[in-house]
Amino acid sequence: MTPSFAPDELARCVRRLAAEIADGLARGAGAPPFALVGIRRGGVPVARQLAREIAAREGVEVPVGTVEIALYRDDAATALPDPKIGPSEIGFDVRGRDVVLVDDVLETGRTVRAAIDCLLDYGRPRRIWLAVLFDRGGRELPIAPDFVGRVVEVPPATRLEVFADEVDGTLRMTEVSS
Amino acid sequence: MSAPRPFRHRHLLDIASLAPQDVVQVLDASEVFFEVSRRPVRKVPTLRGKTVINLFYEASTRTRTSFELAGKRLSADVVNISTSASSVTKGETLLDTVKTLEAMRPDVVVVRHSASGAPAYVAERLACSIVNAGDGQHAHPTQALLDAFIVRRRLGTLSGLTVTICGDVKHSRVARSNAELFRAFGSTVRVVGPRTLLPPNAEALGVEVYDRLEPALRGAHVVMVLRIQRERLEGALLPSLREYSRTFGINERTLAYAPPEAIVMHPGPMNRGVEIDPRVADGPRSVILDQVEAGVAVRMAILYLLAGEAGAAPVA
Repeated sequence: MTPSFAPDELARCVRRLAAEIADGLARGAGAPPFALVGIRRGGVPVARQLAREIAAREGVEVPVGTVEIALYRDDAATALPDPKIGPSEIGFDVRGRDVVLVDDVLETGRTVRAAIDCLLDYGRPRRIWLAVLFDRGGRELPIAPDFVGRVVEVPPATRLEVFADEVDGTLRMTEVSS
Repeated sequence: MSAPRPFRHRHLLDIASLAPQDVVQVLDASEVFFEVSRRPVRKVPTLRGKTVINLFYEASTRTRTSFELAGKRLSADVVNISTSASSVTKGETLLDTVKTLEAMRPDVVVVRHSASGAPAYVAERLACSIVNAGDGQHAHPTQALLDAFIVRRRLGTLSGLTVTICGDVKHSRVARSNAELFRAFGSTVRVVGPRTLLPPNAEALGVEVYDRLEPALRGAHVVMVLRIQRERLEGALLPSLREYSRTFGINERTLAYAPPEAIVMHPGPMNRGVEIDPRVADGPRSVILDQVEAGVAVRMAILYLLAGEAGAAPVA
């Protein structure tokens, strides 16, 4: 499948993902209140948009947090200090809550492992779920998503990252082939 | 959007070597670690397997504890070595110690020494990164960075401010490092105190010199109060602490010369009732305890930026 990353396709994916999350959490007795936590940086605009969709669909306000995983990378000791590092923001109590980790693109699973470790430093959630807008395969850790917007096939050398348009907040995708 | 770059320094020896963009990079990273320090679990695994040695030749509680906590909250192994500088000849002791340290394969050595230039001396002889935690009357870069962190948080900028440094400016590495930092961002730095405690070349440092508090504090955004060291009395630089306090002490009466929104800083330890009145130190405009909290975050940022591979592959 050749992926199309036009803004309206991204919007459709997010809507589908929001519905999946809302239904899935209801089925899994993931009693509200649950929370969305975007993984910096690409997961953050996706988490914010998901919260808006869920609010429109279900009429519930879902708190949104962010986690910075640079400090938890498994190559932190040898990687360059990350110049794009920014603070995590968890403005709610995660203890006993269902938390949905959100990322834009799932590949190796290493980022998700780091995000789980970071989240646990804020307390012990009842359950951590994983939602990704795109699953491109290529796992290097035993990590599986609970909710997927779309499965895509892209060449390994292609980098994908979602960002929010600075003017109107529309989700857009950068696609860089090296 | 220009690509962010890794930190381009291998050591932190003084403020003068840092460009304003380097300072901004340190302060931005410090915001990340400030958040870490307020979590239920105040520790991240980032520097697992790295070794930080605190080599302190001068008495210090606050700075050493701050560096120790910074290293531990980054999961580094932290070793503290405290030595008295008076026991042996300076050069020999340092060199001997440095050779011993080398065998421990540290990634970062934090050095405090009463001799100006000691950290630079160590930096030339060790393969690891060196952080200056205060050397003689030369520099105290992490103190200036944490002060800048607080000022940026409170006032939103480091530029176009008026920063008044009060007291023993002549002997103060804190004053020198802060003056360099704030001047580099285009802020005005004033110094005020008895003539005997002001540097003879103050104008050459680019600071404005005052001998009375009232004009020095007028329009100031930041009031930095320095500790008056009692040994200055013995050196006949000060007639009496009471007279100093009357003329240059920051209390509610003298602080009224500054605008109501001015913040009051002190690098500690304080002589309450001498250079600063307890009602000011504990008052609403004091950010003295915020400085202590910020110190850990800023030192975590420095260790993070220096201990990675960037530290091993410096840009000249």
